[in-house]
Amino acid sequence: MAGHATQQIDSTSLWGGKVSPFSTSYGKLMMWFFLVSDALTFGGLLIAYGYTRHDAQDAWPIGEETFNSMPFLGHGFPLLYVALMTFILIVSSVTMVLAVEAGHRMDKRGVVKWMIATIIGGFFFVGSQAWEWYHFIHGSEFGKVELADGSQAIVKGHFGEIENFKVTVAGKHHKKGDVITEDLMHQYQHAVVAGDIENGVITLHDGSKATINKAADSHFEMIIKKDGKKHKVGDKLEGDKACKQYYEVINSGVSNKVIYGANLKQNEYGPQQYAQFFFFITGFHGFHVFSGVVINIIICLGAVAGTYHKRGHYEMVEKTGLYWHFVDLVWVFVFTFFYLV
Amino acid sequence: MERDDIIEYSLDAHHSEEAGKAIRKKILNVTILLTLITAVEVVVGAKWGRASTTGVTWQMIKYGYIVLTLIKAAYIVLVFMHLGDERKSMKYVILVPYILFILFLIFIALMEALAVGDAWSTYGG
Repeated sequence: MAGHATQQIDSTSLWGGKVSPFSTSYGKLMMWFFLVSDALTFGGLLIAYGYTRHDAQDAWPIGEETFNSMPFLGHGFPLLYVALMTFILIVSSVTMVLAVEAGHRMDKRGVVKWMIATIIGGFFFVGSQAWEWYHFIHGSEFGKVELADGSQAIVKGHFGEIENFKVTVAGKHHKKGDVITEDLMHQYQHAVVAGDIENGVITLHDGSKATINKAADSHFEMIIKKDGKKHKVGDKLEGDKACKQYYEVINSGVSNKVIYGANLKQNEYGPQQYAQFFFFITGFHGFHVFSGVVINIIICLGAVAGTYHKRGHYEMVEKTGLYWHFVDLVWVFVFTFFYLV
Repeated sequence: MERDDIIEYSLDAHHSEEAGKAIRKKILNVTILLTLITAVEVVVGAKWGRASTTGVTWQMIKYGYIVLTLIKAAYIVLVFMHLGDERKSMKYVILVPYILFILFLIFIALMEALAVGDAWSTYGG
């Protein structure tokens, strides 16, 4: 209905050369072929993810447990942020198709307006993805814990704030009686991983020892993710007893019992390949979005300069539009297979 | 020398003001549909996600998600990317090889993965 491919050509001359049997220009057809090959790449990546997931022995991370934070608001908002990201990308896809439509009416102002809106949407999406990565890498405040029976659990709830460290034994930098109020969370998590906390006393970097003043946690809940001698996958431990069990591990002075966040060696969410695939697939998609924004900017500048108006058609906008919609299309699948299913 | 082998198809896509109005209306409708589907997916995921739902119910929700995803994808490809407006031959050239290849790959990879997973859990690793 958009007037595409309306030329009437009889079939003998259609396939006989000189004309395109598809009634599309060379550039558009090649963009389609590129997108098919790119879609095969993403298809291959997502299927590799599916393969790993199907042969995984440990419990696979659950989207609504892993991604439940909102900027400025903290935890407890399952999938809401990624839904917002998806919505932003859909809207920027819509503004792109509106730019294409304006191009078909030779409406230069309309093209520029909608292209700028698309570029803004693209930047918002890339920024959101950066935030999501930051959060994924830093992880939760509780981390994943290995309990006494060998089982592993993730922890949900509100982490009581650390108020300060009070130095009881002097080290190289801190004197006895000093109250440390800076960089507490970082030092705390570092000490937990290194096994430098025993019975509520933290051994700091400079060798000094300090007591930890920390508010109580609330809504504490542990969900078992790996079988141990006592607890099985899916068990939920709640309340004071679970909290006590968790802090027994923290205060044990044994290293590497807790994992915070994710890197390429370990992660708190589940099997190691999960984080690898997360970084690779969302990273590859984010790179596509970024290049899409750059291409959109270039084409937008071309539209502002009047290049396409002089040419008599805005097909360049249509071609970048194809790429941009493709990026949205890929995200629809990433959203389903990484966050929902 | 004037070339006679270049045929400009780019101009075929031009349309009038009235046609534009109809197209914009269609775009708006598709936008609303895509947003609604996403909202439904998120609400279902938060309320009846894999954390709280098991067994047949979860299986149904899972396949429901995949169907909804395919509906979204179809609207993006056919309306936003205008593939629905192209010639039939072009539609098939783009879609058929892709779909055949991906379906085959999904089948073969997931079958293999399940077999490998079984082998690990049976014989240990």
